[in-house]
Amino acid sequence: MGIMTINGQRTTFSDENNVLEVIRNAGIDLPTFCYHSELSVYGACRMCMVEVEGWGTVAACHTPPEDGLVIRTNSAELRHVRKVSLELLLANHERECTTCSRSGSCKLQDLAQRFGIEHIRFGQRDRKSPIDASSPSLVRDPNKCILCGDCVRMCEEVQGIGVLDFAHRGSQITVSPAFGKDLGDVECVNCGQCAAICPTGALTVKSQTERAWRAIHDPDTTVVVQIAPAVRVSIGEEFNLASGQSVTGQIAAALRIMGVDYVFDTSFTADLTVLEETHELLGRLQNQEPLPHFTSCCPAWVKFVEQYYPEFLDNLSTCRSPQQMFGSLAKHRYSQDLGISADNMYVISVMPCTAKKFEAQRDEFQQSSRADVDLVLTTQELARMIREEGLAFEHLEPTSMDMPFGFATGAGVIFGVTGGVSEAVLRHAHEEITGRQPQPKAFEAVRGNDGTRRVDLKIGEQTLRLAVVNGLAQATELLERIKSGEESIDVLEVMACPGGCIGGAGQPIANNRQQTQERRSNGLYREDKTLQLHQSKQNPMVRDVYQRWLGEPGSAKSHALLHTHYGSRRRIQGESMDIASSKKPAAVEVQVCVGTSCYLKGSLKLLRTLTDQVEAADLTENVKLRGAFCCQQCASGPMVIVGDDVVSGVTPGHVPDLLQRIREQLELPVS
Amino acid sequence: MLQTTANRQLDILQRLDNLVQRYGKHSSTLIPMLQEIQNAYRYLPEDLLTHVATALDLSPATVYGVATFYAQFSLEPKGKYVIQVCDGTACHVRGSMPVYEAICKKVRLVDGKATTEDGMFTVETVSCVGACAAAPVVTINGEVYGKVTPDAIHVILDTLESRGDTADA
Repeated sequence: MGIMTINGQRTTFSDENNVLEVIRNAGIDLPTFCYHSELSVYGACRMCMVEVEGWGTVAACHTPPEDGLVIRTNSAELRHVRKVSLELLLANHERECTTCSRSGSCKLQDLAQRFGIEHIRFGQRDRKSPIDASSPSLVRDPNKCILCGDCVRMCEEVQGIGVLDFAHRGSQITVSPAFGKDLGDVECVNCGQCAAICPTGALTVKSQTERAWRAIHDPDTTVVVQIAPAVRVSIGEEFNLASGQSVTGQIAAALRIMGVDYVFDTSFTADLTVLEETHELLGRLQNQEPLPHFTSCCPAWVKFVEQYYPEFLDNLSTCRSPQQMFGSLAKHRYSQDLGISADNMYVISVMPCTAKKFEAQRDEFQQSSRADVDLVLTTQELARMIREEGLAFEHLEPTSMDMPFGFATGAGVIFGVTGGVSEAVLRHAHEEITGRQPQPKAFEAVRGNDGTRRVDLKIGEQTLRLAVVNGLAQATELLERIKSGEESIDVLEVMACPGGCIGGAGQPIANNRQQTQERRSNGLYREDKTLQLHQSKQNPMVRDVYQRWLGEPGSAKSHALLHTHYGSRRRIQGESMDIASSKKPAAVEVQVCVGTSCYLKGSLKLLRTLTDQVEAADLTENVKLRGAFCCQQCASGPMVIVGDDVVSGVTPGHVPDLLQRIREQLELPVS
Repeated sequence: MLQTTANRQLDILQRLDNLVQRYGKHSSTLIPMLQEIQNAYRYLPEDLLTHVATALDLSPATVYGVATFYAQFSLEPKGKYVIQVCDGTACHVRGSMPVYEAICKKVRLVDGKATTEDGMFTVETVSCVGACAAAPVVTINGEVYGKVTPDAIHVILDTLESRGDTADA
């Protein structure tokens, strides 16, 4: 607590972390590129420089509030400092604004205009780096990077992954994935939060609107669109409507004018997910199957588990995400209703999410080389298409979505916000366990903004221990506690993005992230309240789907269409390491995995024992020994591959057995 | 021979493991580990960097960032002979650049490349090796040659092969 003087105005402050926050709370929009309250303070952009009486010029983000400070945020010198910094940033920045997808939401463009930069005295840089479009979700253009480090800190601090970091030095410095590789070849989970926080167009969502137009304008193709819950409360922001205002009707109207044949709701398949997932969860609880039960709606989280926690793969719900359940039902059942072949149907999802683009391309969701979901557009891309169509979105007459998949309950709608999946499943589980419907507010304890929320809920006789997490760094922390036995829970819901899907990287760029997320999440909860049904099971169209196509939750038919299995996945594509390589062409290749998981399980000692015994057995001439980096079967490591045989759980004690196998493959007499 | 390579590979993995045991699974152990690898291979192979990232619980991008920040580390295999020409102030004024050019010409380095195509020589400039009294200074695989002239370079390089002792630093 204390009082500061800001531009001659006495201003009280309380628990603000730094002078920058005090100044902004006082109504002055001090510019920054690299300051975000959810990330650590970096102090690189020098935009928030202020004059403090007696101290001189300081960066406000780095200065703790103190009673009696006298601060000026604007002076001849400060204007000069900001303008020169901007000029230098612009000199290093590819200024092709007309072709940049961030034009209009670019902070650099915004500040250059705000500070009246009309002329840049420094030359353009002559080096041009290649654009990295290898990722299915994101595009990285190093030529537009201003080195603020926001993406680096976002990935490291919020997601706990650290795909990007600064590399090289001085004028050569870049922000790059490991070994200068492309984003598509490294451990990126495609959450896109780096792009959501990037102040420029250096990291952007991969735009696929051209493909969408092609399908829409093809007269022989039936275009079916599904809209995710979180899209309806955010797309309005692109058209000057308040965030959180639900515009489902306008979206449906716009899509129909554009030429889409059917407009459906992903909340419908979210309702379906609730029934399938609750059935699975109750089964796990009853049959002592692996707990905690992990939700699997978030594709970034699924890839994260595949890469970092293969030992928990059996904990992941086998339910496909609502997007993929929709694709599967639409292509393989609904197309028959329409009397068309699945090949003539084109399924487009509109998602708040960049990782959904990756999910739609996964092998699990392709059938005879056609994807269940052909194309994923983000909220941003749909907004651009609406503008391209020339529609005054805010004035469109709302229309309803189509039947049957356009009908959803409130439980399906709240999937778009962190805690929503849990609440929807709990509502249904309550009825399954007790036979009674829960009170409307029974499970509001799972709502909130905290990164991790631990709740114990009593349902009938049973107490369910629940954890709701958003942000993968928080998930890592919790998983480590589960592994060490400090924490024991029954259900774990994880959404990679802060706030859940409403905070997804495909959403409109928000200036005030926290406030916008709060409004969007309120919007979804309001929608739940105003809908007639709040229990997925009550959805008459869901009942219909079971009656006609699936039988009952967990049936063989629903497993074939709505469930899947995930496997472990290596983080970085790369070479194996030569340990001892015989030049003999007939030599057997023996690979010992020294990837993360196997290394931690002692594969180094195994490798040493193996080398010694290969030598002792006089087999050196016949063996190519390699240290491999991840055989993608991490859960059962340490892994050894002898020729074509994959052997799991190998310890130094198993080495004689390995030698036996080598002899067999060499067709040598087996001892 | 096979066993020698195998042992060398396993040795480095073991030495890296020892460093983690000694200094702890902490980011400050990173540079000693990178130095260990650089000493053993004269460059940092990508697979070993991934291994180091795993061992220290750092992201591979962070390890790559540190490895590319310092000039002492190289991600490209270096030549059998690493020739460093000091271009600090003292050496520069005493004519280090003509020496540098003479070396490049002698080992046939072209197009601003640092390593010869046959993998024999890497030539680079460094800023002060701390032997200014002997300027201009050249080091070859760590061995210091003082008061070097463009002519002397020919003699030094011609006799390198015959003194096999510096080859496997």
